[in-house]
Amino acid sequence: MALPARWKDKIVPSDPSDEIMELQMGPSHPAAHGTIKFNLKLDGERIVDCDVEVGFLHRGFEKMCEQGTWTQCFPYTDRLNYASPCINNVGFALAVERLLGIDTTERCKYVRMIMSEVSRIADHLTCLGMAAHEVGGSTAGMYMVEAREFLYDLIEAVTGARVTVTWCRVGGVTHDLPADFTDRIKAAFARLDQVLSDCDKMLSRNRVFIDRMAGVGKLSQPEAISYGLSGPLLRAAGVAYDVRKAHPYLVYDRMQFEIPTGDRGDNYDRFNVRFQEMYQSKRIIEQALAAIPEGPVTITDPKVVLPDKQKVYNSIEGLMNHFKLIMEGIHVPAGEVYQAVEAANGELGFYIVSDGSGRPYRVRVRPPCFLGMGALNKMLIGRMIPDIIATFGMINMIGGECDR
Amino acid sequence: MLIEKIKARFGGEILDAQNARDEETFTIDRERAYDFFRALRDEPDFDFNFLTDVTAVDWPERKPRFEVVYQLNSLNLAHRIRVKIRVDGDDPWVHSVVGVWGAADWLERECFDMFGIVFKGHPDLRRILMYDSFEGHPLRKDYQYNKRQPIVPEIDPVVNPIRSSR
Repeated sequence: MALPARWKDKIVPSDPSDEIMELQMGPSHPAAHGTIKFNLKLDGERIVDCDVEVGFLHRGFEKMCEQGTWTQCFPYTDRLNYASPCINNVGFALAVERLLGIDTTERCKYVRMIMSEVSRIADHLTCLGMAAHEVGGSTAGMYMVEAREFLYDLIEAVTGARVTVTWCRVGGVTHDLPADFTDRIKAAFARLDQVLSDCDKMLSRNRVFIDRMAGVGKLSQPEAISYGLSGPLLRAAGVAYDVRKAHPYLVYDRMQFEIPTGDRGDNYDRFNVRFQEMYQSKRIIEQALAAIPEGPVTITDPKVVLPDKQKVYNSIEGLMNHFKLIMEGIHVPAGEVYQAVEAANGELGFYIVSDGSGRPYRVRVRPPCFLGMGALNKMLIGRMIPDIIATFGMINMIGGECDR
Repeated sequence: MLIEKIKARFGGEILDAQNARDEETFTIDRERAYDFFRALRDEPDFDFNFLTDVTAVDWPERKPRFEVVYQLNSLNLAHRIRVKIRVDGDDPWVHSVVGVWGAADWLERECFDMFGIVFKGHPDLRRILMYDSFEGHPLRKDYQYNKRQPIVPEIDPVVNPIRSSR
């Protein structure tokens, strides 16, 4: 085609075969379930370079925690990984309790552990369901989202909310398990088993699914360790590291469970590890329900826990106690502590610093999926655009936690 | 225990060592930090192959002002330590440990973004959670939590080519 004369010096005809195309994918892309931007350099459909931009959901979690009392941080922690908020609650509560040097009641530990595992199953169902949906397995996706609903019902029965639970307190939890909880768990697990077995049949040996997942997003074991991956991402690379086993908290050391691992470190292994972990979580819950002792779910130390409403309204001591704890907050001794819990995505750590006043001096979260996103560009370079979707799905980035 | 072992191995480099609430914390000199971290990673007695976290704490009335805090973990030996480097508020910098652990890449970028601590030798030190034209470092104590900043105009991708990862 002849170009007009006035464009002659302006346009240099390029050879399309060696042209590098720049493409900005996101921050609101229909195939990526999260607000994230990929700055891609493409050779055809092959990824030459990928700069991952995060931070679109940054709300200043760490800054806001410094503005209120220790107890007022709990609603913020719900909004970290909003697919499994109970685990975040538990992690923060454990950190503050260690800094205070107090221990919760035996029943509380079991209750927290049971709810953490229920949340873990819900989180894995969200991750796997969405990942399956994005690579074309919509049926399995819908089944899993439905199964997640059974677990959300359980969470709602205990905490009163589905997502924003704000259920832990320093020294205990707000609500004990309901009386019929064992029956509810049994009913929910019976239906969950059916869904898991259906999805296993639909996905695990499905040719299309395996082609999209196996060998994609690979990261070798030394790289995975160096990049600080944890949780299913690290275990898929063959490292049997689980905070619940390596640095036990609550009563995980009394439970029998295994750590599923993979050996190739690709997306298919990550899928399998998550899938097997749900069965292990079920095992933990069943053991815990058999062993859970009776008793209170919160301690009664008046320096930490709010008094009964009876006392608040009927005695001056109770009223003052309540007033002091609400207005000044819990006085946590000066010092620092790092407490890690195994969240659904890996090691969720709280590094908290107190200056001895009633407010946190510094709250730092170690977000597992932030580190996973940091390694994403290593997993993608040399692959194709559709592999971004599968790999991103398996990292399970949760914006609330990654960007805080 | 571990604290004794590390003291015996790196006597001169450790300014302070503490054990509080079953957690061991070492304060070291920033000049020799890189070799210290390398040795911690490579020597089989310590085997700290996993960098858990890099962050900072701002103490405006102290001198030096910032504490850069590293949490290290050994996946094989299942032990953890915390390492601190104190840096001055006027010219806060430490050496980057990207060459020791890949995880330091994003963690140091975040620490730079939030506190303005410069990690010398970092291959790509730019903001990560905040946007490029953001002014100040939000997690410093002198940054007001309710401060507003102007909304940035949209960047034309044709005029401004997109970033590379390195």
